[in-house]
Amino acid sequence: MKYIYYPGCSLKSTGRPYEESLLAVFKELQIPMEELHDWNCCGATSYMSVDELKAFGLAARNLALAESQNGINGNGDPDVHIVAPCSACYLVLIKTERYLKEYKNERKAVIKGLKIIGLDYNGKAVIRHPVDVLFNDIGLESIAKHIKKPLKGIKVASYYGCQMIRPFELFDPVHYPVTLDLLVDKLGATPLDWPLKTRCCGGSLTGTLHEAGMRLNYRLLSEAKKRGADMIITTCPLCQFNLECYQDRISSYTGKKIEMPILYFTQLVGLALGIPEKKLGIHRSFIRFPNFQALEMEV
Amino acid sequence: MTSTKQNGEVRIGYFVCHCGHNIGATIDVLKVADVIKNLPGVVISREYKYMCSDPGQEMIQEDIKEHNLNRIVVAACSPLLHENTFRRATEKAGINQYYFHMVNIRENASWVHVDKAEATRKAIDLSRAAIQRVFFHQALEKKQVSINPNVLVVGGGISGIHAALTLAKAGKKVYLVERDPTIGGLMAKFDKTFPTLDCAACILTPKMTEVKNHPNIELMTYSEVEKVSGFVGQYKATIKRKPRYIKEDVCVGCLDCIDACIYKDGKYYDEFNVGLSKRKPVYIPFPQATPQLVVFDPEACVRLKRGKCKETCVEKCDRDAIDFDQKEKFEEIEIGSVIVATGFQIFDAKKIPYYGYGKYQNVYNALEIERLVNSSGPTGGQVVMRNGEVPKKIGIIHCVGSRDEKTNIWCSRVCCTYSVKLAHLLKELSGADVYNFYIDMRTPGKGQEEFYNQVMREGVHFIRGRVAEVTDWAAEKEEQGKLIIRVEDTLIGVVRRIPVDMVVLGVGVEPHSDADKIRRLFNISCSTEGFYLEKHPKLAPFDTASDGVYIAGGCQGPKDITDSVAQAGAAAAEALALIDKGFIEMEPNTAFISEENCSGCKSCIPLCPYTAISFDEEVFKAKINEVLCKGCGTCVAACPSAAIDQNLFTNDQIYNEIDGLFKYETV
Repeated sequence: MKYIYYPGCSLKSTGRPYEESLLAVFKELQIPMEELHDWNCCGATSYMSVDELKAFGLAARNLALAESQNGINGNGDPDVHIVAPCSACYLVLIKTERYLKEYKNERKAVIKGLKIIGLDYNGKAVIRHPVDVLFNDIGLESIAKHIKKPLKGIKVASYYGCQMIRPFELFDPVHYPVTLDLLVDKLGATPLDWPLKTRCCGGSLTGTLHEAGMRLNYRLLSEAKKRGADMIITTCPLCQFNLECYQDRISSYTGKKIEMPILYFTQLVGLALGIPEKKLGIHRSFIRFPNFQALEMEV
Repeated sequence: MTSTKQNGEVRIGYFVCHCGHNIGATIDVLKVADVIKNLPGVVISREYKYMCSDPGQEMIQEDIKEHNLNRIVVAACSPLLHENTFRRATEKAGINQYYFHMVNIRENASWVHVDKAEATRKAIDLSRAAIQRVFFHQALEKKQVSINPNVLVVGGGISGIHAALTLAKAGKKVYLVERDPTIGGLMAKFDKTFPTLDCAACILTPKMTEVKNHPNIELMTYSEVEKVSGFVGQYKATIKRKPRYIKEDVCVGCLDCIDACIYKDGKYYDEFNVGLSKRKPVYIPFPQATPQLVVFDPEACVRLKRGKCKETCVEKCDRDAIDFDQKEKFEEIEIGSVIVATGFQIFDAKKIPYYGYGKYQNVYNALEIERLVNSSGPTGGQVVMRNGEVPKKIGIIHCVGSRDEKTNIWCSRVCCTYSVKLAHLLKELSGADVYNFYIDMRTPGKGQEEFYNQVMREGVHFIRGRVAEVTDWAAEKEEQGKLIIRVEDTLIGVVRRIPVDMVVLGVGVEPHSDADKIRRLFNISCSTEGFYLEKHPKLAPFDTASDGVYIAGGCQGPKDITDSVAQAGAAAAEALALIDKGFIEMEPNTAFISEENCSGCKSCIPLCPYTAISFDEEVFKAKINEVLCKGCGTCVAACPSAAIDQNLFTNDQIYNEIDGLFKYETV
């Protein structure tokens, strides 16, 4: 089986380190994956609130493309697994898939639209988050076999954000998700009990209602710091951006210096697998984790 | 008419009832009577304002005599209400009661329609169907079965105890089966009872002793019902007696063996104190346990686990009561009726992770608090938390696992008042500031609202709103080291953060996780949430669909001690009514097999929900036990050789009834 990678806009821009580390980790773990050809915008949450049907049509084009790219396997079983690393893309695609399954008239309209551009949609595409793939398809045990540098001594606060686990409880308990913490533990680092792990990062509020966004953002950072986190790992480019990029501003608002490295979970996995920092995009971070070199010395 | 099975000349009397305005306002009763009058076989057709009244019944009887009627059809209300009334009237006039048939034109027509013409047409259709049906009615007799006066009571909580005592006092032999080593159930764990603050032990233990000493009660603790067979009046049950590794008739409950155990301190989960303390491998659940017998835990006792131990307990026992070779035993008992009083369990608060139960050590469930405030509890009634501190501020969260779409949707009925009670006790014992977080205060029942008001006056805080989460995430300095309860206070419309030292979860109640086992043994139905289903929610809340099997207490639904005892008493009275009658009458609506048509395929046997069909290997035919058969008709429909027919629902009766329904055009 080959996974189809749907990057969405973020992973090609602000979330570039996410793409770099994801591809590097999948390559290292020998998970076959290729990018979806000719993909388009998922529509994000905003388009859906403007015009639902068109938004679903837009997202469904990606699903239809994925189906035609992978085909259906020999047994006729669905074998189209789209990996959507950005939580917003992930949720929009899942919503689209469910909506079209449930509402017949809308499905007809969307399929009719797709036919015009020579595409067909059968509802076979399964949308997966890379956390889900690593945790359930690959498994922690087989990841453990590839670990070259256990991340001993790092305290990691895992941040799940909202869209990866809510509202659909697909692979992790909604109220107290644990997959990332188990992964962190397996990598040799120390997972931190951090009750804010599903709380809002501010989302687009950091751009629209800046102060409110900052407040939400600050809570996460200060509590993680108080609990002794060495870093926060995220699964979503917007979370990563929000948490990392406003730290100096928050520090100047509150008078308290916060310097918290915000990494993508794939970067952490990559480090444990012994992939060079540069290939994981770690050099792009604004706030560096100081001790990776020391870690390498230890091993 | 499609059959030749008519017996003699059929002379039908038809009587249609106005039921005041209930039927008369929506159905043209005069027209109905008029139409039916002209149907074949109908000798007389009358309408009357209240057919069920004495004059109405007399009219029927006189007509039977005067016109020599041999079939009676009454079109009125539901047969559930007055079928018996008219059957009696028919019988009094000298003809078999099964020549009577009732048509429901009230619940099935007048009450559910607004169009008078349509409702009238429907009443005519239903009546015509009945007229065609009664042609094929037969004289049938109710069957009588004798009743074994012994009663099995399953469950030794307050409901089971009360039911057993009531029956024993009336002179009936009672087998009281309890799966724990002691009777007493949940109530034995409570400190005070709401709303009067009676000491639970003080009012319960005398009843427990009475059970132990009553000559009519055979107490079987540490035992479970394993198998049940038979039918109302004649049940057989197999009781599994789990080994205590103690000779029950020799042990006097001196407890010396517990002191002598090689374990100096308790090490194992203490069920009675819900884990707040540890017990030894040999233990007695609590000081007033009944019977006063120790029990060895085979999972913990070194001698039982490994076969080797210093056996200091055996050395110490001067009566030689310890017997490590005991095996589980099975006893068979014969009874005529059963009262199931297996109770409920509390909701597992771990299912709601955002309240932190099992994560933060100072989050407790309500049952743990019952033990904590109990003077015989693990702390001797001192409110000391797991971290050794006395709380200064306590939050009690209501509706944990109740009225919640995500967990259990029902109201557990007892939690509001017990939370109020715990608030009172915790405040009294620790002096702490207590906050109650509720959605709605539900304190029904005598004295409960007054109790709530009293506790409010004592200075307990009540905040209206469902708690969002309990966390140790401190946003402010004063929240450091506390548990923070985040809640929308819906009375002032703001989100509040209340830091407390201790959180008490007012957990709801739910059916036992293994409730299905008992349910299947006794053929009791359950409602969607799994509580045992009563025969009628209002008029028979202690009966079940299985005759002679009654339910009482928490197994039927959430209820407090008062209601459990009331229901247990009612169930016992119901059992007594059955026993003292000496026999039961069975409706003759049973299925019967035509031996010549039965091919012996056995299709019917696994289908019967009442295990009423057996197979006679000698003649290679299926056989129906008429006493067990409830007349559900499953086998009748399933028989591939059409060898099964059913009294009151024979093929002739049903086909002609259907035929009658669709003859409107010809009238």
